[in-house]
Amino acid sequence: MSAAVRPAPPAGTRARRERRAGSLNRSRMMTVTRTELRQLYESKDFWVPMTILGGFFFAVVPFILLLAISSIGNVGAIQQVSDALKLLPQTAQDAVPQDVGPSTQVSYVLAVYLFAPIAVVVPLTISTAVGASSIVGERERGTGEFLAHSPADVREIYLGKLVASLVPGYITTIVGFGIYSLIVNVIVGAKVGGWFFPTASWWLLILWVLPPFMAIALSLVLRLSARVKSTAAAQQAAGLVTFPLIIIAYSQSTGALLGSGAPLIAFVIGLVAWLIAAVLLSTGFRSLTRGRLLGVADER
Amino acid sequence: MLRGPRDGKPLRPSAPPADVAPVTTVTDGLDSTVPTTAPTALTVDLRGVDRWFADVPALKDLDLAVPEGAITVLLGPNGAGKTTAIRMITGALAPDAGTVRTFGLDPIAHGEEVRRRCGVVSAKPALYDRLSGKGNLEYAAELYGLGPHADDRIHAAADRFGIVDALDQKVGGYSTGMKTRLALARSVLHDPELLLYDEPTSGLDPESSHAVLELIREMTSEGRTVVMCTHLLVEAEGLADRIIVLDGGTDLLAGSQEELTRRYWPPNLVHLGAEDPAQLRPVAGWDGVMGIDTEVPNRPGVVQVQLDDPGRIPELVARLVAEGVRVTRVEPHEPTLEDLYFAVRRDHRERQLAAERQGLAPVRPPTPLDPLAVEEAS
Repeated sequence: MSAAVRPAPPAGTRARRERRAGSLNRSRMMTVTRTELRQLYESKDFWVPMTILGGFFFAVVPFILLLAISSIGNVGAIQQVSDALKLLPQTAQDAVPQDVGPSTQVSYVLAVYLFAPIAVVVPLTISTAVGASSIVGERERGTGEFLAHSPADVREIYLGKLVASLVPGYITTIVGFGIYSLIVNVIVGAKVGGWFFPTASWWLLILWVLPPFMAIALSLVLRLSARVKSTAAAQQAAGLVTFPLIIIAYSQSTGALLGSGAPLIAFVIGLVAWLIAAVLLSTGFRSLTRGRLLGVADER
Repeated sequence: MLRGPRDGKPLRPSAPPADVAPVTTVTDGLDSTVPTTAPTALTVDLRGVDRWFADVPALKDLDLAVPEGAITVLLGPNGAGKTTAIRMITGALAPDAGTVRTFGLDPIAHGEEVRRRCGVVSAKPALYDRLSGKGNLEYAAELYGLGPHADDRIHAAADRFGIVDALDQKVGGYSTGMKTRLALARSVLHDPELLLYDEPTSGLDPESSHAVLELIREMTSEGRTVVMCTHLLVEAEGLADRIIVLDGGTDLLAGSQEELTRRYWPPNLVHLGAEDPAQLRPVAGWDGVMGIDTEVPNRPGVVQVQLDDPGRIPELVARLVAEGVRVTRVEPHEPTLEDLYFAVRRDHRERQLAAERQGLAPVRPPTPLDPLAVEEAS
């Protein structure tokens, strides 16, 4: 018989049909997460550099800096920095112990206010690195074919990978700040009357502000990972996308720590970030189709 | 009429569930030699399927019927649409036009159920190199929801494919053959009804290929349906119950090897050789000789003779000897799949060229097993 070739259908209709799905199976989603994490655990070439990165920012730099300031005493440079503390918002100045020497005041300010970016930069970098290769990596290794033919829904795969990308960054935050707290409390705490870190604002930052920022970054990175052709391209694009986000997160974190009524500001910033993250996460899975797992030219 | 591969039964689609529109059952009586016994179910039924990748058509009006419990081989060159057809069957890709039914279900609307009943081995084994063999099987077991019996199933599947001893090693250190065995073990872990193998022997040495094909044969003896893609004719030969030749995203023809060779070759062919081949030419005028071909591809000096009855061979040889011909070869010729394959493709190309010359749409040769041809005829 003769077979006239029909024209290609309008773009997007096929993807919508492929996405029709039933309820989310959390067990399968967690299976994807566990397997991703198992693979990361087996990848020394990934976690060794990331551990070094975290160790450098959370332990080495604060330890050297705080120890140096505490050891050198009230020299001129420290006095100048101490004078500059008057530029801090009044609420921040009020939190600094007044009955101690300038070097201790400087150490306190550095410990509480300067290292805010660490809370943001390191976990975001780690999670972004994991997330960027997450979907495109399946395609490159050919394992996307296995997932595409499996009973797992694309939402389960997407969310499983998102959680798997979130976990290493957040674990780094928790462990890193545990070590950081130990260092600053041992070096500075003895001079300010005991353990002082984390402060209330820091708790809010770590538990309330940082997670939605990581979710926002990852929802964008996973969208990229589903669309680009190689892991290298995903890393490049992810860097471009997350860099502004890191800047925003850094400034917001700093503002949350320094601003007047700091805990309330931190709470509001976190709330807004959670809302944005919720919208991005609920729409993010649309970027993943079985066709993209297979690496076919799915979308025209 | 559509026929089953082994028993010659008419084919019918699997019974669809209540919420799925049934696929039209194809019935007619084109082939009067087929006995009218109970129908055999179709595990896979693709009708008029089109699929585009960007602006490139990958499948064009593809029809594909896979009977239950048989080995169906999709045969075709690279880019013929074999892999895309497999992806349509599991619902990994949606068609742009046409209908796809697997187990009588639409694999896009009922993707989870369809994929749960399928086991797939793709051309690349699709294994996680950083996990152990056991880790790969555990991942599959969890995704397919095997639950508490997973460990037993993993061990049984690995044992069957001879990789138990390597289960704790990372897959990155496996040989190609071991990876294929692991992928095969993973494909049967959840006891699927339909196995879809896309060039499963790709990259294997002949011994490993043979072992893999034996394992595939074993699995159909347990009642499973197998669809295997290959471009290696030697693999399909002897393994396939049903062959579907694809080219350019279209099915050129489908049927058992015997049916297809019968369609493309006249019966009762004999290859004759003589010290002086010219002495064989007078055979053309002898009684019972239907035709003679003095130029057999790749067989210099051999003459192909078609007889009206294979029982005439002794008579033919005796007469040649009596006339002083020193005969060096008498060989009844059974066309191979390779002969068939190239004849089909040549035929298709010639039809296409003829259609293009006349300004007509591309053509597809109707066959006794072509459902659309059957529909038209009925």
